[in-house]
Amino acid sequence: MKLPVLPYPVLFSGLFIGLVFCFVLNLSLGSVSIPNKALLDIFTGNSQHLSWRHIVLDYRLPKALTTIIVGSGLGISGLLMQTLFRNPLAGPFVLGITSGASLGVAIVTMGGSLLGGIGLGILASQWSSVIAATLGSFLVLLSVVLVSVKVRDTMAILIIGLMFGSISSAVVNVLSYFSSAEELQQYFFWGFGSLGTLSWQELSLLALVYTIGLLISISAIKTLNSLLLGDNYAKSLGLNLKRGRLRIIIATSLLAGTLTAFTGPIAFIGLAIPHITRQVFKTSNHKILLPAVFLFGAIVMLICDSIAQLPNSDYTLPINAITALIGGPIVIWLLVKQRKMVF
Amino acid sequence: MTKIEQHPILETQDLSIGYASKKQIQTIASSITIKLKKGELIGLVGRNGIGKSTLLKTLTQVQEPLSGHIRLHNVALQNYSALSLAKEMSLVLTETLASKNLSVFELVALGRQPYTNWMGTLHDNDIAMTNRAIALVGITHLKHNRCFELSDGQLQNVMIARALAQDTSIIILDEPTSHLDLYHKALIFKLLKKLAKETGKTILFSSHDIDLAIQLCDTMIVMTADAVVTDTPHKLIEKGIFNTLFPEDIITFDTEKKSFKIKA
Repeated sequence: MKLPVLPYPVLFSGLFIGLVFCFVLNLSLGSVSIPNKALLDIFTGNSQHLSWRHIVLDYRLPKALTTIIVGSGLGISGLLMQTLFRNPLAGPFVLGITSGASLGVAIVTMGGSLLGGIGLGILASQWSSVIAATLGSFLVLLSVVLVSVKVRDTMAILIIGLMFGSISSAVVNVLSYFSSAEELQQYFFWGFGSLGTLSWQELSLLALVYTIGLLISISAIKTLNSLLLGDNYAKSLGLNLKRGRLRIIIATSLLAGTLTAFTGPIAFIGLAIPHITRQVFKTSNHKILLPAVFLFGAIVMLICDSIAQLPNSDYTLPINAITALIGGPIVIWLLVKQRKMVF
Repeated sequence: MTKIEQHPILETQDLSIGYASKKQIQTIASSITIKLKKGELIGLVGRNGIGKSTLLKTLTQVQEPLSGHIRLHNVALQNYSALSLAKEMSLVLTETLASKNLSVFELVALGRQPYTNWMGTLHDNDIAMTNRAIALVGITHLKHNRCFELSDGQLQNVMIARALAQDTSIIILDEPTSHLDLYHKALIFKLLKKLAKETGKTILFSSHDIDLAIQLCDTMIVMTADAVVTDTPHKLIEKGIFNTLFPEDIITFDTEKKSFKIKA
């Protein structure tokens, strides 16, 4: 059986309504039960309940916005990588971004015993893991970008990105071998991913970089579409291949690199969302795909976060586990239903 | 009827092609002098490994010539930017598409990229050109099909339509008939002949289907181990060039029947 193809305006309106619904749902759910009417009062400024106000405005709202940014940003950077490398297995992290970020965080959290006082000094700062992860992913990406300017073959860049990733992972392994149980635990908690720890201040910085990454992605739509024909055809259409490739890599680094720095490595979304979108929209035209991936990414991430909260309980599950638990079956279901993969 | 303008669209002078590295220069073919005129269908033939691809790559600015000149519209090829070249020269390559998840119209419309804005927005003129290219190739009935639904022959037509939509004075095709059956080979060749005549474009293609090329081409470029010869198929046969194309131990060229025969 084939899924019917609905006209694009219908699909987009549906997705937009879905996004608004999931956003409100995400705001209304949490460990403390707040009735919907009170929620409305808080936003219209009529609420007298100070602690509820605080929970919604300073915790749930920034978290929901972060969730939208993370879902859409990772989805889009996954789409960029899959098109650039013409590989359905590529995701935002193929260029070694996560490994770079992990390396940065590993050095701060676990390198303390090796580096002595310096490490502990940085550790005290609340921004430490953000700075370390940014530096780590930035350094790995810089290496990949430098190499990509020299290397002609797009596939070679993919392999080089994977190699850089493996090297950083190896360093992390060595570090964890020499570190204490406490340090290991701290590192692993970062690895679970977390959406709810951002202050408004951090969120605005994240939103700024995210917006720049998004704008660069939009400016690359034409390039992405010409890459659908292959590198040589793209060149024959007047594309400066190296510059176009660099633009796509920079957009991905800004999006995935910053997101990973702030929220930890959130797996799966970047790989799965472009596939879900292609199966539903049945096109590879990036003018359609880019906004669709944005909406799908945000919606799926909001749903995953709502579930991870375990509403009305004191527990929060690691978001990384939920994304794969929810997203995996969806992708499998779509592929089985369509019988073939469209790429 | 007005007389067809005879100035060459693409010409080479004493062109040497091959690969140069720091240590050595490997010349594949040299003293290539060809003139491709407006509205001509030109077939490039030669045995495997003789340098057809290298010649096409050099003519399309994918690689540098070792020496000699290439002029497009009387301007040296290296003076063209990627974008200005894209408005004069379109390609049909052997490489498979990275994605076939586009409609035929969308794919053909990608040929308009050199003319569209930063977003690739199609204006009325672009849509008209795309539709015209689709109609010229005779695939209007496939316009809304997805490319993964097409057969190899249909897909090759779509790629030719894409090159047409690019609205260039010359179209270069690298082995457009490989892996097609005899009927579809002939179909593509007849289409190319028709396009060269009707649109006045210069169409250069490389091929191993020498028998078919002899029947349809205005000019043929024959690459042999000794020289690169350009002439009409008729004169090339008279000169006996096709006999020098392959080692004569297995096949020979039958001048009467204008085709190759296996030796008994």
